[in-house]
Parts: sequence; C-alpha cells; structure tokens
Amino acid sequence: MAYKRQIDRLPIIPADAKKQNVTCHYCIVGCGYHAYSWPVNRQGGVEPSANAFGVNLAEQQAAETDAWYAPSMYNIVKQDGKDVHIVIKPDQDCLVNSGLGSVRGARIAEMSFSRQRSTQMQRLTDPLVWRYGQMQPTSWEDALDLVARVTARVIADQGEDGLFVSAYDHGGAGGGYENTWGTGKLYFGAMKIKNIRIHNRPAYNSEVHATRDMGVGELNNCYEDAELADTIFAVGMNSLETQTNYFLNHWIPNLRGTSMDKKQQQLPDEAHAPARIVIVDPRRTVTIAACEAEAGKENMLHLQIKSGTDLALFNALLTEIADKGWIDKDFIAASTIGSADAGSPADAGHPAALTDFKSAVEGNRMTAEQASEITGLSADDIRKAASWIAEPKEGGKRRRTMFAYEKGLIWGNDNYRTNGALVNVALATGNVGRPGGGVVRLGGHQEGYVRPSDAHVGRPAAYVDRLLIEGKGGVHHVWGCDHYKTTLNADEFKRVYKQRTDKVKDAMNSVPYGDRDAMVEAIVKAIGEGGLFSVDVDIVPTRIGQACHVVLPAATSGEANLTSMNGERRMRLTERYMDPPGQAMPDCLVAARIANNLQRVFTDMGKADVAAKFDGFDWKTEEDAFMDGYHNNAAGGEFVTYERLRAMGTNGFQEPATGFEDGKIVGTQRLFADGKFGTSDGKARFMKAEWRGLQAPGKQEQKDKYAFLINNGRANQVWQSAYLDIENDFVMDRWPFPFIEMHPDDMAKVGVKEGDLVEVFNDAGSTQAMAYPTTTARPGETFMLFAFPTGVQGNVVNAGTNELVIPNYKQTWANIRKISDAPASVKHLSFKNQEYSAA
Amino acid sequence: MSRCDRLVDVGRRQFLRGGAFAAAGVAAAATLPQEAAAQVAPALARVEYPSNRLGNVADLKPNEPLDVAYPDDNAPGVLLKLGKPVEGGAGPDEDIVGFTTVCPHKGFPLNYSADDRTLSCPGHYSRFDCEAGGQQIWGHATQNLPQYVLRVDDKGDIYAEGLDELLYGRLSNVL
Repeated sequence: MAYKRQIDRLPIIPADAKKQNVTCHYCIVGCGYHAYSWPVNRQGGVEPSANAFGVNLAEQQAAETDAWYAPSMYNIVKQDGKDVHIVIKPDQDCLVNSGLGSVRGARIAEMSFSRQRSTQMQRLTDPLVWRYGQMQPTSWEDALDLVARVTARVIADQGEDGLFVSAYDHGGAGGGYENTWGTGKLYFGAMKIKNIRIHNRPAYNSEVHATRDMGVGELNNCYEDAELADTIFAVGMNSLETQTNYFLNHWIPNLRGTSMDKKQQQLPDEAHAPARIVIVDPRRTVTIAACEAEAGKENMLHLQIKSGTDLALFNALLTEIADKGWIDKDFIAASTIGSADAGSPADAGHPAALTDFKSAVEGNRMTAEQASEITGLSADDIRKAASWIAEPKEGGKRRRTMFAYEKGLIWGNDNYRTNGALVNVALATGNVGRPGGGVVRLGGHQEGYVRPSDAHVGRPAAYVDRLLIEGKGGVHHVWGCDHYKTTLNADEFKRVYKQRTDKVKDAMNSVPYGDRDAMVEAIVKAIGEGGLFSVDVDIVPTRIGQACHVVLPAATSGEANLTSMNGERRMRLTERYMDPPGQAMPDCLVAARIANNLQRVFTDMGKADVAAKFDGFDWKTEEDAFMDGYHNNAAGGEFVTYERLRAMGTNGFQEPATGFEDGKIVGTQRLFADGKFGTSDGKARFMKAEWRGLQAPGKQEQKDKYAFLINNGRANQVWQSAYLDIENDFVMDRWPFPFIEMHPDDMAKVGVKEGDLVEVFNDAGSTQAMAYPTTTARPGETFMLFAFPTGVQGNVVNAGTNELVIPNYKQTWANIRKISDAPASVKHLSFKNQEYSAA
Repeated sequence: MSRCDRLVDVGRRQFLRGGAFAAAGVAAAATLPQEAAAQVAPALARVEYPSNRLGNVADLKPNEPLDVAYPDDNAPGVLLKLGKPVEGGAGPDEDIVGFTTVCPHKGFPLNYSADDRTLSCPGHYSRFDCEAGGQQIWGHATQNLPQYVLRVDDKGDIYAEGLDELLYGRLSNVL
C-alpha cells in the first residue's frame, strides 16, 4: 500500500498566532509562505473568532481555500527554547505563487527538525571530529581549533593553493546573501583561494558565461512576462516539475487564455491571442503534456531534437529569421555593436568570438535542411518555430517572444556556444528588456550571491575535482556540497577521495586525540604522503561527509534569518521562526569563527601580517553579516535592511534596488529596459557560434560505443540531492530508488519488468536505478533521476567538460543490464503513465 | 482556474448514507451542553468515524465508478470494483476500494479514467492510482489520495468506516 500518515485532524491556528514571512527555501521560484506559530498547550477553534482565518472551520472549505493546510505543513518545533505548534502554508497574496504550494515547498514544516515529532532527526546538532576511529561530538572551540591549525599549517607549507574549497554560491537553503558573503569574505577577501568550486560543478565558473559576455545578464525579465508573451520558446526545461508554481501561476494562464485581459490592458495597441509555446527537448515531459492539454496541440510545438544538437537548431532559426527579415532593425542598431571590429576574438577563456549581427548571421549560417540533418527535426517544423518566434503579428507589430532555458542547455553539449546562439535569436528579434520578452535561464536554486571579486580565479577556472583526483591540495573545506551525489566522474572521484582521506584518518588513529600538537603533526605528515584533510559544513550528514575529519553543523533557512532572490530577482527575507538544532549556527557565523581561529593561529605562528587579513569577522548575528556584505557591497544594497525587507513581506522587491520611497524599497521590474546592456559600451554582442558536433572530450566515442542515451534530470517530489527528502516517508515511499524511464521495447531487450533494478554502466563507472516503463520514451533513449542517493547518475558521466569546465551531464551513453527483480520497497509502487491527459 | 468546477459547485452527488447511526449521534450531542459533554466524554485521540452504508456489492460493475460521499455529503468520493484483488481491497473478491474525489493539492474534483484506473486532476494535473492505494503517480499533493476503510457485511452491503489521510478543505475529517 502507498504510504499514508493516518492523520485525521490537525490543530487549528488560533486567531492570535504569531505570523512570520517565509520564502520557500527550495527552488528558484521562491514561493511566498507564512509561518504561523503558537504555544504547544493552546489551539484555535472552529468558530470564526477563534481561528486565524476568521471563517467557520466546521464547514467544508472550497477549492483553493486559504483556510486549510495539509499534514505536511504542520509540525511542533522549538522557538526560543519553547515547544510551539507551527504551520507553514502558502501565501495567497504573494504575487509569485498566489497561494499555490508545490510538493516540495508544502513540506517545509514536515522537513523541519523536530524531536517532538521525530522529523529530520538526521540533522547535525554538534561539531563532530574523527576520534577513536569514528565521528564523535565535540565543542565548537575544539573543532575550530583543529580546523584552523591544520588549515594554517597547510597554507604555511603549500601556500593558499593548498587549501581547496567547495562552496555553494546560491540562495535559499544552504545559501543566501548572508552566507555567500561569509564564505566569500573568508576565501576571496582574507585569502585569495583559487582552487575553489561550486556545489554542482567542478570549477568556480558561471553556468552561463556566454550570455553575460554578450552583455545580457541571465535573469533579465519578470514572471509576468510569461503572461504577456505571444510565444514562449523554452529549451531543455521541465518547468511543471522544477519551477512548478512559476509555470502554473504565470505560464498556464497565458496558454489557457486567461491572461488576455492583462495583455490588452498593458499592451493595448496590438493584437493579442493566447500564447503559443515551442519546447525543445529530446524527451516528452509532463510539462509538454500539460501545455498540450491547455493550449491545444495546434498551439504547442515540441521540437524533439537529437540529444545535444540545440546549437544547430538555434543557428537555423537565426538564419531563417534574418533571411525573412523578421528582425528588429531599430533595436539591433541602437543596442548592439555595429561592426565586428567592436567585438572580440575567441581565446582560451572565451570559446567563441563576439561580434555584430551581420557577422553572426553569416558566421552561423545554417539552412533548415542542414539543421534537419543534424537535429532530426523536419525542416518544416524548424521554419514553423521561426515563424512562431518572429513573424510579425496582425497589423505588422513585432511578436513578443520569451526565451527560457535551463539545464538541458546548461548541462548540455557545447554550453558556451549554445547559450550564445539562443541569445542571438532573442537579440535579433528585440526580445530583451521588453514586456512579454526576455532571454532567461529558469534556474535551479534561488540566487543570493554577494562576494568580493573572484577575478583571481581566472578563466578557465581550475578543474578542482580533477586536481583532487590527481592528489593536489592538503586541506579541503566543503560547504553544503555533496560531490558524492552531484558531481561528474563520480565513481573515480569517490574512489580517490576515500583513499586520500582514509590516509589522514589512519594517521589520526595513531595518536591520542588530546595531544593536539602530535595530532596536527600526524595529519600534516599524512598530507605529505598524499592524504587530504577534509572539513564538511552542512545541515545533515552527507555522503562526502563520511570521508571527512571534521563536520560542522549549520543552521538552515528559518532557523536563522535569510535573504535570497528568485528567478525574477525578487528579494525577500525569511524570518527566523524556529531554533537551529543543538549547537548549529548559520554558515556566515561558522565562516566568521573559522576566520577568528585562523587569525589566532597565524598570530601564534608569528605571522602577524597574515593574521591581519582575517580582521572584520566580528559578526555576532546573521544580520551583521548581511549589513557587512549585501548592504555595503551589492548594487543598490544601501537601500536594503532587514527591517525594510520585513515590511515588504513575501512580495519583497525586484533587484537591483534603486531607492527607498514612501516606506518601500524601489526595485527594477526588468533589466535592460533602457536598451543599455552589461558591457563597457552598453551595447550587446552577438556570438559567432559555429556547430562543432559533440564538443566535450569522450562524448562522441561514448555515444558510438554504448546502446542507450542516459539522459537525466529532476522529479518534482525531490529537492536537489534529496538531502532532506531521504528522511521523508512520503518521498522515499514513491522513489526508494531513482527511476530510469525506458521504452517497453528496450525493457524487453534488456529482459526487465517494471520496478526491476538495473545496472547502468559504461567506461566511466556504474550505478543503479529501477526501470519505469515509458511508452513516450524514444527507443534507445532513457531518462534517469539525477543526483539521487540510492543510485548516483553522476557515476556514469565521464570527466569531459567544455573549455570553461562546465560539466556535460546530459550527453551520457551507457549499457543497461538487469540486477534483480523489484525489491520489496518497490513492489507496491505505481508505474503508470505520469502524464495528465484532458481526454 | 475559471473553467474548473469549484468543489462547492460540484453538486450533490448520488450517495447512500448510514442515516440511523449518524442521526442518533447528532441528537445525543445536541442534548448536552458543551461543558458537560467535555466532562462526560473526554476528547478522543482520533475522530469518531461514522459507519455509513455506501452501497451493495450488487450495485458495482467492474471498473465503473459509483459516486458516493463520506463521511458526510460534502465529501464526494467514489467506490470502485477493480476486478482484481488489491492490497486493502474489500468484498469477496478483495477488489472493492473507495477514495475521496477531492484533490488533496488544491481541492479540485478528480476525474476517473477507466482505461488505466486512475483519478486525475484538471486543476494542476496530479494523478492517483486506484490500484495502488491511491498513490500519487505524479503531482503536487504532499499526501497520497485519502482512501476509505471499507467493510462488507453478509448481505453485501458496503460500509465506509474511516479514512487514512486528511481530506482537503477540512482540518478534521469529521466536521
């Protein structure tokens, strides 16, 4: 039987409950929520005067009611040391989600640490150190001293390049402005760490260098643009699952035609119709099925390309649009460079030349027929897409097209050029900075980046995972990252990382823990013999944490105040609504305490000049870090304080702030609305982005050698690497193992039935998944859940990246064989079609 | 969402109720002042579910949904004879199941698809498998579909006597 909670009633929120602002800390969309809390010995009542909603709760409430919450939205937590009931439910007045809760965000309460109700008991409560052959709790003072002494010693011996860092750069949980500033000030301010990588890729680089180099920052429109567009052109995305309420609340109304009033009101001088949508994806997703159901097949074009051929398609679209004259000549003249001389050539840090419109059209010229050969699409469909994007509307008005892309492009073949080729089409058609337009990434996490300059890292940045595999570095600080689940070439990485950290563990076992000098000497000696000392800062025990020698417990969103921005740059403050577990602290304060200890140790070592660099970490609260970081360093940060953000509620403002008027922070609805772009001369660039096949090393060979494409990505129930979901019964009941969608004919070839465990293997490594029969899958093309703990897809992704060390997870090929019949945890599962059909 | 029926507009579906039991309960409660009721009958850990007759085995045809309501007429649901035994199935063939037809995500009415024995939501596309205990095949709800606890007596009468998850739109399954 499916998992059931056997909950038949919930405590009612009393009328006088405390109500605080919450932004969901999971995906980029950042839905607005409220946390209601009240003493554990009290409850509200069904009478309107006795509950927070002012309605009669003795009656059945209607669909979309504000006066209901699911069991997953309820918990009992500690607040200032006292037990309180808490309900964290979606906010109907938030413009982002209008009361919608996704299957992720609607579980915020249930995914909170509660001793009272035994949820998330995995959370780290104390610093842990390797002692007597296992991880043992200790004090902050003790753990930080060990971290600082070993780190300082490695820096003294090897220089700062001996300190390797893995650190998230995002917002939301495990991130946010406070915490990226904390780690940023430590590693880029006090030090100049070069061997640093980000949570989901093996280097310190942008996922979208191309669009930035062209002057077009990637989050340039607002969510309302999806309601205003004539056409949405979406690439390598699955927004119903991964930006759920952005899709439901802003795309669907346009596809259904329910945003027509808004279009006519805001854009009265042109013809309007419900939106058309083009989706580029080798896989038929639930998003595509939903678009078909809402817009009708006649308004939905699925360009089911061969995996990794997007660039050829975009170049053909640019060619077709230019040849038809469907371009925005005035925009091109006013806002983009006028000659190739004003551009820049390709070099090691820029894998394509930047140029003017004419040179780009000539350089990228590809006919629909040529692109058809490469992509597998029909030339007619390519021309149809071009007309949907750019053919002028009735009355000759420019068609408003919004371009959206995410990991299918970002983790796809030839990231830099493919990103540039898509932005080319948006620029040529004048669809940046205008209502109903934008060329945007859809995003994964929220954003929340403010750090000192990273210029010293350079381009291309160091391939940190490879250097670790090669034995480089002496100490590794890991912040909210789990390479074991979320990197490429993961089998090899784990094998070597375990060997190197085990060396240090064995050395630590050889001396009494209390003899600190002998302990540091033993560790340093092991490092000299190829060992690696590893420090993990996280909220839960991670897989890479199993290899670490010190684990430091962090607080997450809601256990500390936290600021982030969403995919339309909407910045909000999540207020602290509960206590962190045990001794856990927000990351910014952990970083500050590491800095304090490094200063002390360098001083003791007689290195006063080095010690002086660690000044300025006397923060007592996360608000101190916010003021030191965002307020003093971010564009428009001077207008932003916690108090002002609190007053702005769940709607916040859209960054950058430009002022503070009438008690409100003034924001920016769209970037580049003035036609000026993010380059030295304010002119956007086009890119010369020729097609060059599968670009990353080893990909074409892998494709030739193995039978199945192992496409991969997300499922809506699972957040990130399932670091919290792993302890959520509802999610783990559905996905005890990662699914791999396979066409029934492929399953017959391999000899497996639904739910059977299969091994996915190639020359990079091997992993496992459970077979999910999928009639819409193309034979030979599978799709596997990414970054899942019980079967890590990254094990079979080879080490090949693009020139800027962007991983290419999507283009992976492998063979598949049966491991076993469906295990007991799988036998009760549904393997029916996941697509909604209106029929 | 304007094209979708709101729950309140779904209309009173055909249902059969265990009238005697429910009516007696209401009458008894009505005769006691609230304070006295609290003293005489301390609060229970679970809500008291009525035992309501929803139909007879003879009323059910394989894979043809019978509209019912439980635990009261504002809680629409469905009885299904699946034609093959399932875990939790009631009746001589262990194949009778009952579910709420209100989506636990946002409360829209679910549609039954006889082709694959699923309930689907036109509001936001969630889908539930009637042959797998109402497991959400795909969707936004944070719970699987509330299922009836069914009992079939010697005469073939089918009674609902409980639910295994909280119903949408009420903070107590029995109001």
